[in-house]
Amino acid sequence: MPPLPRTDPVELDPHPHPRTAVREPEYGFPRGLWAAMARRRPPGPPFSPRTWRSPLRGPWITSVFGAILLVGMPIIIITGLLSYIAYGPQFGQALPADVGGLRLPLFDWPTRPSWLFRLNQGLHVVLGLVLIPVVLAKLWSVVPKLFTWPPARSLAHLLERISLALLVGGVLFEIVTGVLNIQYDYIFGFSFYTAHYWGAWVFIAGFVVHVALKLPTMIRSLRSRSLRAELRTPLATTVPEPPDTHGLVAEHPAEPTLSRRGLLALVGGGVVLMAVMTAGQTIGDAVRASALLAPRSRSYGQGPNDFQINRTAETAEITPTVVAGWTLTLTGGRQPLVLSRQDLLGMPQHTAQLPIACVEGWSTTQTWSGVRLRDLAARAGVPTPANAFVQSLERDGAFNQATLQANQVLDPDSLLALRVNGADLSLDHGFPARVIVPALPGVHNTKWVSSIDLRSA
Amino acid sequence: MATMISGVLAGWRRFYGENPLHLLALLGCFALAGYAVSFAVQAPTPIQLGIWFVGAVIGHDLVLYPLYALADRSLLAGRRARRRRHARPSRVPATNYVRVPVLGSVLLLLVFLPVIIRQGEAAYEAASGLTMEPYLERWLLITGAMFLLSAVLYALRRVRSE
Repeated sequence: MPPLPRTDPVELDPHPHPRTAVREPEYGFPRGLWAAMARRRPPGPPFSPRTWRSPLRGPWITSVFGAILLVGMPIIIITGLLSYIAYGPQFGQALPADVGGLRLPLFDWPTRPSWLFRLNQGLHVVLGLVLIPVVLAKLWSVVPKLFTWPPARSLAHLLERISLALLVGGVLFEIVTGVLNIQYDYIFGFSFYTAHYWGAWVFIAGFVVHVALKLPTMIRSLRSRSLRAELRTPLATTVPEPPDTHGLVAEHPAEPTLSRRGLLALVGGGVVLMAVMTAGQTIGDAVRASALLAPRSRSYGQGPNDFQINRTAETAEITPTVVAGWTLTLTGGRQPLVLSRQDLLGMPQHTAQLPIACVEGWSTTQTWSGVRLRDLAARAGVPTPANAFVQSLERDGAFNQATLQANQVLDPDSLLALRVNGADLSLDHGFPARVIVPALPGVHNTKWVSSIDLRSA
Repeated sequence: MATMISGVLAGWRRFYGENPLHLLALLGCFALAGYAVSFAVQAPTPIQLGIWFVGAVIGHDLVLYPLYALADRSLLAGRRARRRRHARPSRVPATNYVRVPVLGSVLLLLVFLPVIIRQGEAAYEAASGLTMEPYLERWLLITGAMFLLSAVLYALRRVRSE
């Protein structure tokens, strides 16, 4: 058989042998440099094409993982950016405080539906965790390109590879910092909020440009094979994808030990495993224990105060002595108003079933009762405050104070809670009184409240 | 006119390697990332942030990936060694019955390493009032269960293929 001309585009090649027909790379400026590097390929792995032998690598399988991430990643990005708004950047209490133009447009975080923050953080954290196997599979599928030789063929190729470093570095950095943070492992020694926020923007930059440049390739590659046919192809008839120009398909493929559907099932199994291990801590107390490895999968018991604690009284140095003789001070009216717990219990009591959700992605719904914040505002003489500044008895701690928006003070279910599930709050849950506001980030539901300043515009 | 534009474009392509929009998109990407980094360097420990960013890539691409590739190669080497001893390939290869539980177990270990090795327990206890004591045992039990299930499925497949 005569050798095929090397310039034949692969699409027209009827010849099943690998590579002979794949187009020689064309070099851009500076041509001499790239060509000289190409001639000096370091011997052996990982730069030799013989290193990469998986018969399953190819544009189709990469595009399947890419398509899943293309749906999932924007949800993680948007819930993350929404979380920043939920913390109230207008009061300087979202971290990092100065973000220039890199945030969503400001708006007052709503109080309805009451599970809004719970859903937002549950999606952000659980989706972030369950997509880890897909990210790892995607990186596995393209790893030969990391060691492609020459390292670049043109300025375009070089710049694109730099953007890929932002993309891959960004996604791995976000996974690592997020995974450590939900497990309270602050080994990195920098502020999680700062790191995760700026890491996210670097990732977003890499992600958006990668989608812009690769979307046509992804669509074309997805169309190159039928998913339905792949799902019916067993190991015995699994063959590599046809030679490609992307450098993904192995030039010297090994015999397959797994079908393409087997690989998809493996990655899918990883996704399910991660979901089972984590979703329970955000779905609720009934299934909490199923999330065996999640940090917030544990039960405290069956009592009215036996639910997840985010900062113990001991840590906050709140003891029975500290709260003895407690009073609440309301300021902002013509003169400060001081109320005892007895005074508060004498006011109209309201009961609301509200979730409390942590930025770390766990939540729990309890039945809280106490005095409506708007009743307290009226009592203080500021019935329509612009915002309210709540302070805790706790002396140290990043969350011993919080500012609430007007809608968060005035919502009919926003409470200064005195009791939970029919019993007095425990010291760990904020006795003598704590704030509970629908859809508010958990840590802004201040515990051990000492004063509320009702501020007019 | 049209031929002049296409001539310029072809010249640009030969020089740069892609069409001009490619460059525009990448410059936008670098501008956005650069703007974010200009804030990040104002953090108290910018060097550490950079080290963790680069370290995440090196840790995955040059440490973890080679480790799991080598582990898989050795598994496959075992499979080939068996081939050499027996003329006929195994009717039910064991490879994937080892791979799947190992991957499941390693995935959980990687993600939940902090609670499993009780790193950061002080902060966890300060927040929740609980210790990280049960997690190592839970991970071992889940790992054991995955291997057991895999072994049972393997045995069933072998029996059915007899």
